[in-house]
Parts: sequence; C-alpha cells; structure tokens
Amino acid sequence: MSTTTLPPGEKTRPASAPGRRAGISDRSRAERKLGWMLAGPAFAVMLLVTAYPILQAVYDSLFDFRLTDPDNKSFTGLSNYGVILTDRIWWTSLAVTLLITVVTVAVELVLGFALALVMMKALSAIRPVIRAAILIPYAVITVVSAFAWQYAFSLDSGFVNSWLGWLPGISADTDWFGGTWKSLFVVCIAEIWKTTPFISLLLLAGLAQVPEVLQEAAKVDGATWWQRMRRVTIPNMKAAIMVALLFRSLDAFRVFDSIFIMTGGANNTETVSFLAYRQTIARLEIGLGSAVSVLLFVCVVLICALFIKGFKVDLASARGEG
Amino acid sequence: MSTTRPRRRLLRAVLGAALAAGALTACSSGSGGPPSLTWYINPDSGGQAEIAKRCTDAAQGRYTIRTALLPRESSEQRQQLVRRLAANDSSIDIMSLDPPYIPEFAEAGFLAPIPQDMAARVSDGVVDSALKGATWRDELVTVPFWANTQLLWYRKSVAEAAGLDMTEPVTWDQLVQAARSQGKQLGVQGIRAEALTVWVNALVASAGGSIIENSDATKPEDVRLGLETPAGEEAAKVIREVADAGVGGPALSTAGEDANVNAFEGPDAGFMVNWPFVWPRAQSGVEGGTLDAAVPQDYGWALYPRVTPDQESHPPYGGINLGVGAFSAHKDLALAATECIVSPENQAYYFVSNGNPAAKESVYTDPEVVKEFPMAPVILESLRLAVPRPQTPYYSEVSEGLQREYHPPSSVDPQRTGREATDLITAVLQKKELL
Repeated sequence: MSTTTLPPGEKTRPASAPGRRAGISDRSRAERKLGWMLAGPAFAVMLLVTAYPILQAVYDSLFDFRLTDPDNKSFTGLSNYGVILTDRIWWTSLAVTLLITVVTVAVELVLGFALALVMMKALSAIRPVIRAAILIPYAVITVVSAFAWQYAFSLDSGFVNSWLGWLPGISADTDWFGGTWKSLFVVCIAEIWKTTPFISLLLLAGLAQVPEVLQEAAKVDGATWWQRMRRVTIPNMKAAIMVALLFRSLDAFRVFDSIFIMTGGANNTETVSFLAYRQTIARLEIGLGSAVSVLLFVCVVLICALFIKGFKVDLASARGEG
Repeated sequence: MSTTRPRRRLLRAVLGAALAAGALTACSSGSGGPPSLTWYINPDSGGQAEIAKRCTDAAQGRYTIRTALLPRESSEQRQQLVRRLAANDSSIDIMSLDPPYIPEFAEAGFLAPIPQDMAARVSDGVVDSALKGATWRDELVTVPFWANTQLLWYRKSVAEAAGLDMTEPVTWDQLVQAARSQGKQLGVQGIRAEALTVWVNALVASAGGSIIENSDATKPEDVRLGLETPAGEEAAKVIREVADAGVGGPALSTAGEDANVNAFEGPDAGFMVNWPFVWPRAQSGVEGGTLDAAVPQDYGWALYPRVTPDQESHPPYGGINLGVGAFSAHKDLALAATECIVSPENQAYYFVSNGNPAAKESVYTDPEVVKEFPMAPVILESLRLAVPRPQTPYYSEVSEGLQREYHPPSSVDPQRTGREATDLITAVLQKKELL
C-alpha cells in the first residue's frame, strides 16, 4: 500500500444521497430532461460559435484565396498543407511553441502548487487578502501584462538591467529582446507571472477535496509532512492536477499576445498562432492562414487526446461528480 | 415563487430598454441633418480631428465629418481597413492611408476614382515624391495630404569634434567613422518592423537601385527584385558596417524611431536618421521640463546620408494620403471633403501644430511654418529627392520578407542576404513558402 485514497464513491457522494444505482426513477428522468433543456440552448450556441468557424477554416484551407483578390479564388486541395509542412518556419514555430508550453506549464505547476498551499493554510484572517493578491495577475489583460514586462526589460524604459546588473551576464547594455533565448526567457516569465494564479486556483479546488480524515489518520500513524504530501495529498488530487495541466497546456500552446507585443516574432521567437495570424491577417492569404489554423487545431486536439487517453484524466472526477 | 415574479419583470424591463436604446442609436445617424462622413484617421496629436471640425464648418451644412481612430502601427491600420473594405463596409468615407499600401487598395478596387478635374487641382504644386506615392498605374488614386521624409540629425558638438563638415553631403562611411572616433551612437532603425524596410529601401535607392524593378507586374509571380545587384550589395554593406562598428547602440536590433529619439536626447547621441517629429518632440520636452534646453540647441540637420560619395541620396518618403472608400454612400461629398482637408491652410496648420510636413510646396514658405520649423527648407529639398517604398499590390509580402532577411542587422551579409531575400520573397509571392 503506497498511497491512500478513498474509493471514488465514498469520497464524493453526499451523506444523504441514496446508495442504490439500479433503475432510473421518474424523478431522475425528469431531472435529466430538465438538465438537457437548461443546457441545450448553451450547447447549440457553442456549436454555432465553435463548430461553424472550425468547419469554415477547414473549407477555406483547401483554396488559394487572397482577401483582396476574391475573384481568383481557386481550389488547390491539400497543397496549402504541403507548403506549410515542408517549410522550416512551421517547424521552428512549433518547436518554440512546445518549448514555451513545457517550460511555463512545468514552472507554473510547481509555483501554483506552492501558492495553493499558502492559500489553503493561511490564517483565516488574512486568507481573503492573500487570495486576492495571488489572483491579481490573472485579472490583468494579457496585452497589458505583455507591455508591462516589455517596458520592464526594454533598454530605454526598463529597470531590470539596473536592478540585476550585479548578476553575471547582465549589464546596463543587455538587450533582452535582441536574441532568441533572452527573448523567450522574458516571454516565459511574463506568461508564468500571468497564469500561475489560474493553475493555483484549480489546484486549490483539488486540495480542498482531499478528505481531512485521511490526513488525520496519517498524522496519527506518525507520517511526516513530506510523507503525507506524497502519499495522501497528491494522490488524492491527481485528477485536479491533470485537469490543471491540461487546461494550461492548451492555453499555453496558443500563446500569442506576449509574442506579438514583445518581439513581433523577431529572432526566431515566432509561435504557431502568431504564424497563423501573419498568414491570415497580415498577408491576407486566407487559404494558407486557415491551413495553419487547422494544423494548430489538430495540435491542440492531439494534446487533449494525449492527456485524456495517455494520462487517463477523468474530467468528470475533477468536478467532484465521481 | 412570489419573489421571482418582480425579478422577471425587472429583467424584461431591462432587456426591453437595452433593445430600444440599441435601435435608437442605430437610427440616429441615418435620419435628419446633413450626411455624416466618417474619416478613418491614424493617431496624431489631434490635428486631423481639428481639420475635420474646420471642414465641417466650411461645408455649411452640406456634410459633417466625424473621425474614427485607427491603430498606431501602419501595418495594423492597413489590416483593419482591408478587412472592412473586403466586406464592402459603407461606413468608410475617407481614410488616411500610408502610401506603400495604396497600390494594394487601388488594385483591389477599394478606392473611389478621383475625377480628372479634381485630380488636377489637388496635385497642383504638390512635391514630386508625394505625387508619386499617391499614384498607381499613372493615375492619381489618392489625394496627397502630408509628406514625410527622413533627415540626418546630428549633434553639432559631436560633428565638430569629429571634424565633419556638415554643410557638405556626408556618406554613411563618414558617419560610422565619426561616431566611432567620438564614442557616440549613430541611430538607425534596426527593429524588425516597417521602419527597417524604410531604411533598406532608402539605402538601395541611394545606391542607385530599386527593390522592385518592375513595379507594374500584375501577377505576384512576375515581380522582379533588385536586391541581387551592386546597389543591393552596397546597401547591405552599409547595414553590416553600422552593426559591426558597434555605433548603432546596444539596442540596434530592437530600436525603432521612438527608441532612436530617446537615445538621441541622451548623452551618447551623435547622429541619427529619423523623421522630423524629432524637433517638436524636443521642444515639448524642454517645455515640459524633461529635457535640458541646451540639448535641442545642439541639434543639427542635413540631407539623408549618401551611400556613395558621388551619388545623391534618396531619402525615405512617408506621410499620409487620403483615399475615398469605394463603398461609401456619399462619394461625391467625401471627395469634396478631401479637397477641403488638403487645402494649403490646413496643411500649414497640420505642419505647425502636429509637426507633419505638408505635401504642397507653397506651405514651406509660410512664415509661421519657417518660424516653428527652421529645417523646413531641408525637408522640402529632401522630399524632392525622396523615393517611395516599392509600389506593388504585394507590398506587405515584400516588406515582411525584407524584414525577415535583413534582421538582425548584424546578420546581414552583403554577398548573401540580397540573394536570400530575393529567394524568400519570390517563393512567398509564388505561394510556395510561409512568411
């Protein structure tokens, strides 16, 4: 017995809920119907605003179509995909995007977990203050946050160089946006600062689900803090952790604002969504841009599938539905 | 149950009010009063809004002009306008256009034609480069409003210490050497943005070449580039020389026009190529107490540097021209309004109040203009020599392709970069590569 978890049913079922499962009563059937009626309109709207643009993009991606020259629109089949997948830029953008995703999500998970613990354990008197303080970055608009970090690191208005000038490799003349790695470092920091609260909020919900009885039992058995963390807390919130990772990975993979504001894709810091933007909006090649967007969508679906199938994330269990 | 009733009634009342308000605002512009023209303007210091007011007054009830603000970056201004015009937006009556994008707009049929007689009137006395920038396929498709050009700005003290005679034309070689000998900076726009294209284009033109050799090509795949030429090589040499000498400052690869001005107001300033807004900015800095009055007194200005000693330089040309939307419901009134906007009085006002040089030559002798802008004669001379950026409907691809290959400046190789940029832009225009 290496970890301690309660059986799922025990953990989440309210004390008053009936234990039997067999046979659906009239009442629960009516509830189900009501549920569909309540969720139905929202579901239809979701289909309209997500499925329609996706299908339109898939359709457009099969054409050679320039927005300023609609008369010469012509069907080219999959050739747009061929152009993209044989282009070096696509692969460097993909690599940069994956790098940003992995680095930011990994750091955010550790930081977010620590912050969730702080929010959980803080004295009840200062808890609201701490929660608000931790959540503020998440309330900042990404473009604003990107500008703030850019100004902080830029050579003419920034303070970072003069504050950190004592560190090796940093001087008053360090141009943070003048090279690939330095630029990506600043982008990652900005992303981490901005979205760690999101991950810590999801983890806090997970922490709250860990049954106190297990903690107490472990304490009685003489388990240290670290043992309780590894054997009780983390196994019990695995679902919450995986959901937090999934949501953030999907989010991080679509990083756009920070790149757009800070580097504009210079020095090989282009990400996939920025690439799609430049083909579609700047170059006005709707066909080619749609194809990049579709490939971005496929990547996101792959990440999702990897998490759900590969790591066996159960989205329902994270919501406490058992 | 009893508590939900009033709440539902309240909700219904709020929804009803919101719908009614929406319907009212939607109607308000259509009914009654003179037609309202919408002028999409680039951000400035309030000059265009004031001119809109003046022309509304002058129209005596025939029309009113309302301004709508576009994004700050010219590439983003183009994106917004193109997206709207591609959807046949009839709310765009007048638009302030950055000249390089005019061929694209004209070719796509986004610009209402300008009648012959009006074309003759608005091009009368307009400086040559501005006229070229407003023209596509030998036809005036936009109305020249204001014309911009870059000057060589220098600190008199630095030039003197370096023994440079600024009354004579100077070359990039001389500037690099002078800046290096004095340990000062030579400000250029090395950022990966439109500003870099401006620099590359001016260098190629000053070396006697041009980035696009057949600007009348109708198909993208027919566009022929002039970068693999001796002129292209000379231009690349200058860029590399500035980068290698270390005179571009630590932020060479991220510096745009604003960063350059900041640096030029600082202690390491020596030389800089930049637009005339440098001057009003220094003046307002002195007035606001953020800049020592001695600093702008040390400013000098001259024509854009030469690439080769015996060949005249061709400075960048910029500015704004006015286009009338092809889908506007009031094209006649919009055309009349543009004529009012570009009147010599308004151009002089815009020059003095916002620091944006006029397209009409006569404005440069206006006493008020000369008083506020002692460099006005040099600006006019520079405008006469200036050349527009490549005129092609595919400008965006050409510019972004150039930016990708010529950035960062320290990576430019005179033997190689011209060829690589040509290959990239050609492949992009043939839709064989991503941009």
